[in-house]
Amino acid sequence: MEFLSFFIPTIAANGHSHGGGSLTDVSDEWPTWSEIFETMALRAGHNTNTVILGTVMLGIAAGVVGVFALLRKRSLMTDALSHATLPGIALAFLVAAALGAEGRSLPVLLVGATLSGALGVVCIQAIIRFTRLREDAAIGIVLSVFFGAGIVGLSYIQANAASGAAGLNKFIYGQTAAMGRGDAILMACIAALAVVAALVLLKEFAIVCFNDAFAKVDGWPVSLIDLAMMSLVVVVTVAGLQAVGLILVVAMLIIPSVAARFWTDRLWLLVVLAALIGGASGYFGSVVSALLPRKPAGAVIVLTAGAIFAISLVFAPQRGALASLVRRVRLRIRFAGEHLLEFAYERGGAELSEADITSVARLRAWPFWMRPIVVRSILRRGQAVRSANALLLTDEGLERGARISRNHKLWEQYLTSYADIAPSHVDWSVDQVEHVLSDELIAELEAQLAARGIVVPAPTGERAAR
Amino acid sequence: MRPEHSADSPLSIHAMTVAYHRKPVLWDVDYDAKPNRLIAIVGPNGAGKSTMIKACLGLAPRASGQVEFWGESYRRARSRIGYVPQRESVDWDFPVSALDVVCMGRYRRIGWCRPVSRSHKEAGLECLERVGMRSLAGRQISQLSGGQQQRVFLARALAQEADLYFMDEPFAGVDAATERAIVDVLRELKSQGKTVIVVHHDLQTVPEYFDEVILLNMRVVASGSVNEVFTEENLHKTYGGRLTLLSEAAEAIARAAGGA
Repeated sequence: MEFLSFFIPTIAANGHSHGGGSLTDVSDEWPTWSEIFETMALRAGHNTNTVILGTVMLGIAAGVVGVFALLRKRSLMTDALSHATLPGIALAFLVAAALGAEGRSLPVLLVGATLSGALGVVCIQAIIRFTRLREDAAIGIVLSVFFGAGIVGLSYIQANAASGAAGLNKFIYGQTAAMGRGDAILMACIAALAVVAALVLLKEFAIVCFNDAFAKVDGWPVSLIDLAMMSLVVVVTVAGLQAVGLILVVAMLIIPSVAARFWTDRLWLLVVLAALIGGASGYFGSVVSALLPRKPAGAVIVLTAGAIFAISLVFAPQRGALASLVRRVRLRIRFAGEHLLEFAYERGGAELSEADITSVARLRAWPFWMRPIVVRSILRRGQAVRSANALLLTDEGLERGARISRNHKLWEQYLTSYADIAPSHVDWSVDQVEHVLSDELIAELEAQLAARGIVVPAPTGERAAR
Repeated sequence: MRPEHSADSPLSIHAMTVAYHRKPVLWDVDYDAKPNRLIAIVGPNGAGKSTMIKACLGLAPRASGQVEFWGESYRRARSRIGYVPQRESVDWDFPVSALDVVCMGRYRRIGWCRPVSRSHKEAGLECLERVGMRSLAGRQISQLSGGQQQRVFLARALAQEADLYFMDEPFAGVDAATERAIVDVLRELKSQGKTVIVVHHDLQTVPEYFDEVILLNMRVVASGSVNEVFTEENLHKTYGGRLTLLSEAAEAIARAAGGA
């Protein structure tokens, strides 16, 4: 009977916040610090704790399961799946009502949701298999048509069902605050199922996600393993329907694993991090919505996950945007410094005047801010010292310039004399590749060019040493 | 007309036709591989080279025909078959290390639900050693060069400890060091009495690397030892005429099926 408590119409559920003001008054009462602390420490009462624990469990389950959806490139498919549950919900309600049973019984509705969600996935597979449409088109079609059918069903129920059916709307946007003890336990069970499945079948999931053709040849039942992964997604999606709603549940599946991917290159750690991020999003989301009752928890949960994703995107040490920007700028500055050295070497002198630097800067199209940084970087590397004119290259700097100059010629020669096979490397622009050629690669280039009778002279010692 | 299939032959293909979207890409292939040979499948783009090995392995649907391994069905012979897919067929930005990928070749020995044990990791390391990659075992696979990725795939196949290997374009776009490493591995496999069937695109190296050759262009133009079959005339037949009649027939069938 506990289920019935969820079916009070949405307005009524949010009604208590309307007491103080008019409908246009959208400001919430700001909670006190002690309220915040109490809620976060799970001391804000039984009902709040139930909601928080339930959403944390849902977050963990969705995080773990989402990793495999992401790696199997099924992220968008989960979106179609969640939208495709809606007609099942409407239909289950109608069928149950027609049979004289309680149409709003949650298990009945969830069975309907599962069946029509699964049917949606089957439709996508069938469209891909039997037509020439690609997966994105198939997903778009199934997602919108199923969702449309669901909306039609809901409005029919709204208009015709004797008993109020407004409760069905909550499956679209979710109604976290209505989570009861039974739901929290269900979420915990699903989280446990997801974690155990990931632990036990990590190897099987990994081989299918990485290389399904190899897995198949190796004798693994790829369809069965796929089915297991997809079933986990279905279970989590359906469980998340009433908590965050079918529009946003996909975010709980996708965002934690995508965010976690920024921090690790190891599969098991990815699963752990995704579970943590999912759990944390559920925790903060439900705490915030417990403190500010007008904020729908589902959206807050997703926004929390989104914030974690944004932080990961920018600040992750290896794959983050900031780290890769720093790497690119550093590389560019090094290349620019080496262009200066190359210029000095090819002109045959160790002096670099301000005018020389200006001409190199113009030739290489440096942005205005780069010049002082480049000069400082070659000074710091000990490739040049300050002099009356501007810069005086050290022996080390001249040697580097000589080497860069020669690499450039080698690579140019290679590209022109091996025009038939070189195209696979032409995407390395000549101006960059000269800086990154390894000693082995240089030896190989020399050997290949020598085979065609082309010799690029080594830099002359006297010249390099001035 | 059916050739005698013997239990010696690691691979016997009989009257195999393969079609994608009802459009035939391989016609009526008959072939018997001799044991302990290095065999190249050669032919122009779109000739169905990859399709041929995929159809043998059950990865591409066969419209008709039979494939047997040592006189047995694929299902029964599976544990003796190894596979190197095309490098481009997977997403290399997958969160695993080189060793993790090689250990996938051990999974069927490990069995369901059990983690990769230390001894299997040792075996994986040994396979990496054989392709000259042991020092990069812990490297995330996206940070490997194309040639190194190809060698990881080769090491994974070695870890399968098979008797018959299918390799799909292992030499495509690799550096000289990798090419040498692959050739060394091929010779080593041959010396162990194994058979390797390789989709190959470089005609110049066929006589140097392989014992036998299958010239393919939607059908088997010729097959047999390199000395006898790898002739100017056969190559012309494979690459020259483009077999316009056959491809027109295929188009016509696809149109008819689509309209029906």
